[in-house]
Amino acid sequence: MSRFKDKGKKEIPSINTGSLADLVFILLFFFMVISTMRESNPLVRVVMPKATEVHKLEKKSLVSNIYIGQPFNVAALGTESRIQLNDQIADVNEVQAFILAEREARNEVDVPFLTTSLKVDKDTRMRIVTAVKQELRQVGAFRINYSTTRAQTAF
Amino acid sequence: MVKKSPTINGGSTADLAFLCLAFFMMTSSMDTDSGIIRRLPPPLPPDAPKPPEIRERNVLQVQVNMYDQLRVNREFIDISELRNVTKEFLSNPFNDPHKSEQYEQDIPGLGKVMRSRGVISLQNDNTTSYEAYIRVQNELTAAFNELRDALSRDRFGVTFANLRNEELREAIQRAIPMAISEAEPRNDGGRR
Repeated sequence: MSRFKDKGKKEIPSINTGSLADLVFILLFFFMVISTMRESNPLVRVVMPKATEVHKLEKKSLVSNIYIGQPFNVAALGTESRIQLNDQIADVNEVQAFILAEREARNEVDVPFLTTSLKVDKDTRMRIVTAVKQELRQVGAFRINYSTTRAQTAF
Repeated sequence: MVKKSPTINGGSTADLAFLCLAFFMMTSSMDTDSGIIRRLPPPLPPDAPKPPEIRERNVLQVQVNMYDQLRVNREFIDISELRNVTKEFLSNPFNDPHKSEQYEQDIPGLGKVMRSRGVISLQNDNTTSYEAYIRVQNELTAAFNELRDALSRDRFGVTFANLRNEELREAIQRAIPMAISEAEPRNDGGRR
């Protein structure tokens, strides 16, 4: 009967945490690979419209963003919709220079695949959007994307 | 005798890695950008010849006015009707003389298909809201996508979105091109 006898007080073995660091590192690398750095912080309010027929933009490094919406800083900039390029509020006539600078920053072979993503607030009037589109046509940035959120139904 | 070097306590490596992890999770964004993709037409040179006239039956005039109301061929309609109106205009199944002309064309990879001469002319006002504009663009895109889906299912048995072969995709895109032309916006709303 001795085999059922309590073998005296036994300490609970501590779990070896040596590999915990490795696990966390794997998690870290996972995040580093799948994520991109957050781009410019917004200066204009953009609530994107909804659409059903949306495509995902594949190569994020080949996308330049143009934000259009009402500025957060209403006191200084007014309530009229403004354009944000990179980290500052800009005028319509600065769009061409912005696109040229974006091209400069990319590899030459990638330039034809550059897409301009228009992130426009849904309450914006079309005048400013049309003006930006004309500028993009002039500078030869023909691939554009009207950024929207995906919805199941459009109405 | 060689002295045994003391081992470094590795317990805090996990904490460091956690700090790094937290930093990356804070500074990164994972949301992929998505939206309606369009190709802008190249600018016209000033000495460009006049484009050929398009017969009236081949143009579907879609207008969005300053109050975000939708007018198709001078008739006010609801946005929910636009998709079907566009599809019927383009495919013209009953050969209606007021809808787009159809002609047969041989497209490599598809064989003989009926193509439409129809063009959608989209015009908005300077004071149309972006939301209304996108809703219209979305419905027009949906109409084209549904027509492409129908053709793709008919010929290849899969929807256009699931068609992987690049050549066949191009053939379908040629059979049903995204013929949306944007006219100069109107200015009925004035400065608003």
